[in-house]
Amino acid sequence: MTELAAVRREQLKPPVVDIGVIGWLHKNLFNTWYNSILTVCMVVVLGLLLPPLFKWAFVDSVWYSSAEACHDIDGACWSVIPHNIRFIIFGFFPEGQEWRPALAMFLLLALVVYSRKRSRWQSSLGCLWAVSLTVMGVLMYGGIFGMPVVETSQWSGLPLTLMLSFFGMVAAYPLGIMLAIGRRSRLPAIKSLCIVYIEMIRGVPLISLLFMSSIMFPLFLPEGISINKVLRAQVAIILFTAAYIAEVVRGGLQAMPRGQYEAAESLGLTYNQTLRLIILPQALKIVIPPTVGILLSAFKDTSLVVIIALYDVLKTTKVTLSNPKWTGCSTEAYIFLALLYFVFCYAMSSYSRRLEKELDTSY
Amino acid sequence: MNEREVETGVVKSGDPIIEIHGMHKWYGDFHVLSDINLEVQPREKIVICGPSGSGKSTLIRCINRLEEHQRGQIIVNGTELTNDIKNIEKVRAEVGMVFQHFNLFPHLTILENLTLGPIWVRKKSKKEAEATAMMYLEKVDIAEQAKKFPGQLSGGQQQRVAIARSLCMYPEVMLFDEPTSALDPEMIKEVLDVMIGLAEEGMTMLVVTHEMGFAKSVADRVMFMDDGEIVEQNRPDLFFDNPQHERTKLFLSQIL
Ligand SMILES: Nc1ncnc2c1ncn2[C@@H]1O[C@H](COP(=O)(O)OP(=O)(O)OP(=O)(O)O)[C@@H](O)[C@H]1O
Ligand SMILES: [Mg+2]
Repeated sequence: MTELAAVRREQLKPPVVDIGVIGWLHKNLFNTWYNSILTVCMVVVLGLLLPPLFKWAFVDSVWYSSAEACHDIDGACWSVIPHNIRFIIFGFFPEGQEWRPALAMFLLLALVVYSRKRSRWQSSLGCLWAVSLTVMGVLMYGGIFGMPVVETSQWSGLPLTLMLSFFGMVAAYPLGIMLAIGRRSRLPAIKSLCIVYIEMIRGVPLISLLFMSSIMFPLFLPEGISINKVLRAQVAIILFTAAYIAEVVRGGLQAMPRGQYEAAESLGLTYNQTLRLIILPQALKIVIPPTVGILLSAFKDTSLVVIIALYDVLKTTKVTLSNPKWTGCSTEAYIFLALLYFVFCYAMSSYSRRLEKELDTSY
Repeated sequence: MNEREVETGVVKSGDPIIEIHGMHKWYGDFHVLSDINLEVQPREKIVICGPSGSGKSTLIRCINRLEEHQRGQIIVNGTELTNDIKNIEKVRAEVGMVFQHFNLFPHLTILENLTLGPIWVRKKSKKEAEATAMMYLEKVDIAEQAKKFPGQLSGGQQQRVAIARSLCMYPEVMLFDEPTSALDPEMIKEVLDVMIGLAEEGMTMLVVTHEMGFAKSVADRVMFMDDGEIVEQNRPDLFFDNPQHERTKLFLSQIL
């Protein structure tokens, strides 16, 4: 009898109005009278805005012309990008050696993409990362295999941006977690140390931290010793981001019910095991959205390194535009740059959403 | 271990597995447990009842040190509970605990919930731990759900998993803190049945519960607590038919 019922239920399809384009339109755009008005207004506004924009970007535009040709047209002068792409992307990296940062970036992105599946998170992947990071370092710095040495002061453009943000995020995340745990420690010394650190870092803007790392910090070093500028900026970014991660993670830790600790401890798990196996996996999962927010702003904030005279991809673009030939094309160049940033940020945030879904066991 | 006589109507045999002597506990200024003396024999089943706030949960949580006592002694299976974290972990591994709200680990599958303790505390291999886990899941009649997550199970099923999770550690004693009071009536029986089965196999059990039917049929001893004290303890037939103290009579008249 139940079998029969099951068969009968299977044959029932959802009512037609709920599915298909019309159903979707009705449900999402015209479900109430004010939503309908809003929809109509939006269509009108878009109708006014989009065609001229489209005309500017695609119809009246030029893509490969010379700088002079740009003065005579009404549309976008995208030519600024192909003409200057080498400098925008690679900055002051020596001519003829661009394949090295290009390969390093490709390796990095390929590895990131490869690592996206959780089933691949094993110790062998860790080894792969270690090897690849070494290879990337060698590619960037050179000095062996006949590759001329490229000092870090010449690292610029997109490779610099990616490097600062990648290591910024990857190192800041575990550091932030440790700070968050430390802040909840029962040992007063550790606890107050973490609080002081977190609150101090959060109390100053990243710019001043970068300034300190590049101008004040060397004053304290003994004569003759200098620490690489890129490294100093990198450390400043890591320290800065970690403090924010720490607070977000602390929020996650606080959201964990006491029963989870008690259940784990009553099995005989140690405090460290409880944290590692029970508390952190859940706490980190619930704070994925704010964590990604912080990582995204860390990514974008790397552009602040211009103030200590490092040439990230935003700065190389600016330099390009300071050439009188191309000054008129700043809109186009910045649109390109915005797209570049957007691609990375969007990839990160959609990945985080996927991860959240995968980790969701709460049905 | 020192032998002691306790004046209850309960038969004594051999060394007690839990000994509590003159134990006091305070929450700040609030004297939540006062002069608790209790000995539990191996294979003994004790049901603890009493009004809300009388300190029942606190008492059994002290036995595996989820709460710290301030005076007196608690000795579990020969190990005294002090600040020594190694001793505490040892006792916790030997004492199973079942909570009112199950407290399963929601990010792990049922099977992983069960194998966690054996793997990390008992250092069993994954294979061995899974074999044990499946055996106990069979026993609580839930083996087909092994790959699911706790959130996909009903309350009664979750509580049975929680019991199985404790059993996988081969505990010497099982503590239950109102294991059925968060459950819908139709699920209470399935959990009680598992507990009755466990009792029949000779598990030492301390159960805080309001299920007086369970107390009558399973307990060797029923203990009544009020206001942080053990007011009265006796064999279930005597306890229910002939309570000695006014407070016990009042309590029984309210719940029976
Ligand atoms: N962490 C705590 N801090 C302060 N007081 C507490 C704490 N936990 C419990 N108490 C108090 O201690 C008393 C005993 O609590 P306990 O949970 O042991 O009671 P109980 O007998 O289990 O009651 P119930 O039947 O409601 O579960 C209560 O008055 C409670 O308010
Ligand atoms: Mg209670």
